[in-house]
Amino acid sequence: MLELTDVTKEYGGSPPTHALRGVSLAAHAGELTAIVGPSGSGKSTLLNIVGTLDRPTSGTVRVAGHDTRDMTDRQLSALRARELGFVFQQFFLLSGENAVDNVADALLYRGLTAAERRERAVEALESVGLGHRLSHHPNQLSGGERQRVAIARALVGRPSLMLADEPTGNLDTRTSEEIMALLGELNASGATILVITHEHDVAARCRRRVAVRDGLIERDDQLQEALP
Amino acid sequence: MMRRRHRSAAGPAVPTRSRLRPGDVLRVGSVGLRTRRQRAALSAVGISIGIASMVAVLGISESSNAGLNATLDRLGTNLLTAEASAGITGGDPVLPDTAVPMLKDVGPVQQVATTTPVEAYVYTNDMVAEELTNGLSVKAADPSLLNALSGTMAEGTFLDAASIRYPAAVVGSVAAERLGVDAVGQRVWIDGHWFTVVGIMDSLVLAEDIDRSVLIGRPVAQQLYDADEAPGTVYLRADPDDITDVQGVVPATANPSSPDEVSVSRPSDALAAKAAANDTFTTLFLGLGAVALLVGGVGIANVMVIAVIERRGEIGLRRALGATQGHVRIQFLVEAVLLAVLGGLVGVALGAVATTVYAVSQDWAITIPPSAVGGGLAAALLVGAVAGLYPAGRAARLSPTEALRSA
Repeated sequence: MLELTDVTKEYGGSPPTHALRGVSLAAHAGELTAIVGPSGSGKSTLLNIVGTLDRPTSGTVRVAGHDTRDMTDRQLSALRARELGFVFQQFFLLSGENAVDNVADALLYRGLTAAERRERAVEALESVGLGHRLSHHPNQLSGGERQRVAIARALVGRPSLMLADEPTGNLDTRTSEEIMALLGELNASGATILVITHEHDVAARCRRRVAVRDGLIERDDQLQEALP
Repeated sequence: MMRRRHRSAAGPAVPTRSRLRPGDVLRVGSVGLRTRRQRAALSAVGISIGIASMVAVLGISESSNAGLNATLDRLGTNLLTAEASAGITGGDPVLPDTAVPMLKDVGPVQQVATTTPVEAYVYTNDMVAEELTNGLSVKAADPSLLNALSGTMAEGTFLDAASIRYPAAVVGSVAAERLGVDAVGQRVWIDGHWFTVVGIMDSLVLAEDIDRSVLIGRPVAQQLYDADEAPGTVYLRADPDDITDVQGVVPATANPSSPDEVSVSRPSDALAAKAAANDTFTTLFLGLGAVALLVGGVGIANVMVIAVIERRGEIGLRRALGATQGHVRIQFLVEAVLLAVLGGLVGVALGAVATTVYAVSQDWAITIPPSAVGGGLAAALLVGAVAGLYPAGRAARLSPTEALRSA
């Protein structure tokens, strides 16, 4: 599903920043993986590279079997449209559109008709428990509901891999737990999810925990059972 | 295409391209406008003003020319005026007695009518001091004059075969105003004699000096004021196709002994010159409209640059959802074009309204040239596209990570 081999990332400048110093990581279908680390550890860089939003300085990144090294920007865009779903800390919902249209926009760049997109968007919203908020605009929704819309948007294209960047960073504790429970449910029904977080109780929800520090993988724990 | 479907050693085939349907391009391009309506409206105002002024200028000048042409058509361009200019010898400026029969013999000449100046002044009544002439003159006229000038009566009738023998007067439009004459039957005082007003004329576009005159019959003029029998001014209508030739032979025909004492003019030339002057002003105002349009374009570019900065999060999100650089570029380009075209539509409507109001106030036929409407919209579209190029390029070149981080 995802395979990183000796990935490094340097940012120019003086002195240059070594955000990643050689990371090898594989995520398999059906896994719920947490990437944990303090700020500045390189986990955001890691997410950008896994999400093909940024290219590594060296090393190879394979997403859903595709080697991304020689892909053009257009090919990477197509790869994101088909194989990846993103959930962001800031939600990034369009304030001028209702929940259905926000979710349907995830299929915009796949050439589906508006009717197909909306139909699938409604299904996705129902699967995250927002069937009763279809035509609400983001400013009419609570923080937790907004993040649910964003999660519906990430899964509506049935991506090979869902990437969640601090998905609970803007939410209170109770709502955070609900969102993590939702990600757990989605994972249980087959979704492969990578969660990036600096919160240990979020990571505790995930069966696999990868700790990153100073651009290197510090630990990679596979638990038999995640916390309930 | 086929190569992509084959599996290479590197893994499965490269995924199919990101694709944005043409209909969705419009939808995505209007997201910004729908979300920020007020800003969109304000930023389109500049374009509206530019297009409105261009459409209005073209419409008003076209309507005005249509008005002038209608006047020309109605009055005809085939009227010539031959006047005796005072020669070196001085004395009464009149043409020889032979002028009228000679002119009538010229082939293409269709109609001849004359006036002769009368050495008398006209007053409202016998109590007015002699020197208060109001700048009005008295002329002896033929009954055929009204027809020859395509004139119309505001009140009463023109001189006829009967009334030319009696103290009856027809007053021009300006003369009527200055003498306080507003109804047939009123009397005016012409140097010692009362004249009854039998008619008041409408203004004559082709012979404005008649507007400031009081016309009386030749017989009565000769009898009471010893007026000349010979004509002072000859108005003649000729075949429009030969009008220039006729104009050339008039002086020698009217006064064979001294043709240079005859001045010939074609009154419709003044109207045609007016239409030409209109065109000059149109060009000037079109230039001003183009400047407004340019400023409007700069305004749109400015607003779009700000929008790109503000909407970095949205740009990053769209890139994450699979939008290519091209998709982001076309989105912002379409947004700029939509803004400009909306402004252009409003501008065309405003320009049409302005033209209509002005044309109605001037009693012209309303003419809104389709070329101004089409040209205005095309100009708006072009301005929008040019204004959107730079901001759209900036949006497209924004790296996804930077866009998401800075939002």
